[in-house]
Amino acid sequence: MVKPNIVIINPLDNVAIALEDINEGDYVRLPSGQEFPALADIPYSHKVALVDIPTGGHVLKYGEIIGAAKEDIGKGRWIHIHNLDTGEKKEG
Amino acid sequence: MEEILGFERQDGTIGIRNYVAVIPSVACANGVAGMIARAVPEVVPLYHGHGCGRAVEIGMHTRTLAGLGKNPNVAAVLVVGLGCETIKAEALAGAIAESKKPVEYFSIQEEGGSRKSALKGIEIVHRMLDEANKMQRKPFSLNRIILGLECGGSDAFSGVTANPSVGLAADWLVDQGGTVILTEATEMIGTSHILECRAATPEVAEKIKKVVGDAEKCADDILGPLASLVIAPGNMDGGMSSIREKALGCIVKAGSRTINQVVDYGEVPTEKGVVIMDGPGYDIESLAGLGAAGSQLIIFTTGRGNPAGFPIVPVIKVASTSKLYHAMKDDIDINAGVVLEGRSLQDVADQTIALAKDVINGRETKAQLNNQDGMVCLYALNPAF
Repeated sequence: MVKPNIVIINPLDNVAIALEDINEGDYVRLPSGQEFPALADIPYSHKVALVDIPTGGHVLKYGEIIGAAKEDIGKGRWIHIHNLDTGEKKEG
Repeated sequence: MEEILGFERQDGTIGIRNYVAVIPSVACANGVAGMIARAVPEVVPLYHGHGCGRAVEIGMHTRTLAGLGKNPNVAAVLVVGLGCETIKAEALAGAIAESKKPVEYFSIQEEGGSRKSALKGIEIVHRMLDEANKMQRKPFSLNRIILGLECGGSDAFSGVTANPSVGLAADWLVDQGGTVILTEATEMIGTSHILECRAATPEVAEKIKKVVGDAEKCADDILGPLASLVIAPGNMDGGMSSIREKALGCIVKAGSRTINQVVDYGEVPTEKGVVIMDGPGYDIESLAGLGAAGSQLIIFTTGRGNPAGFPIVPVIKVASTSKLYHAMKDDIDINAGVVLEGRSLQDVADQTIALAKDVINGRETKAQLNNQDGMVCLYALNPAF
């Protein structure tokens, strides 16, 4: 099996962390063996969406809400301050 | 229970080092402290930037400087004052002397200038070193250890590898009866509800809420809509999008045990177990608070690679990635990045615990070998006058 190139911190999470620079079109390889294409360049140590997240949807890391999607974020997209509203104060 | 070898102090605390410290009561005395330290390299000068020109912080700065003098790793202290400063040498020496360790002081203006002061200081510290060097290590229980926790220059893996493995080491020390201090209130923003659930009593939970709430309000007041982005640019380059995301990865380094007390910046805990100390996220000011709170040892996790140590407290550096470990091997003691290559967090924790025990018993950390013991930075929030 090809080595995973991301790490998922908590099973509840809908994002994973890239273990290497993943280029658009490269495969995101999960520890489970599943894989899907990256829809954007994901820099090393940055977040990639594991599922489609609709506008306003919660982004979960550590099993906790770290923000809301500012736009529809497709599975395989890069998630950072350009598309993540982190100002949300409501507790999950 | 496991035993360590340490130096017994008159106030009942246990040092893991036996330093003679020279503490300027005000930044104006740093020069004379330096003249003494250059003449007698065995002493540890605690250069800092305060002691005068402030109103609000004077109490906190006096407590913190006194706490550094009282730190169990310090055998004896020479306080050097100027004469016209707010934090007087006599008062600071008096506060340190509550620990019953040998303390002497003088002021540069009364001694007739820098050279005469340096000569007097050199004579005093030679005498203090002669006495300190007669002391022997004796066995003590590990429950006498206060471990300070710090993370600096975090990246997205600090909270995945380094901090969770340090959290397991923290749980181990607490289970041995020891104390761990989690600080950097800025880096708890957004996680108060998680920490409150771990509080020993409703009063402790209330204090956690206040400390984290105050940190959040401070960030909001000063930064407005940018408050959630009050993180160093390096963190953002590393992939973290907000302070809360960083905070979640930060608080895991205090492990999972009960939080028994909340203390102010530089205040010595009276409870054991997990203690939260109020204080800033800025690493170097945070280290000073941990030292003043009586930490004999500090574990400092880093993702981007912060080489800083602290003059009177050995600092163990834990890297979050193998990339950092290999890039800055001279500065890093433990590579937690192996977790990303399949090793368990417990493996890394066991390695960290073994090193911590060696460091307690005298082994030098990388930061010590590199003399990473520059200036003591005291927390200050208000303008100088």
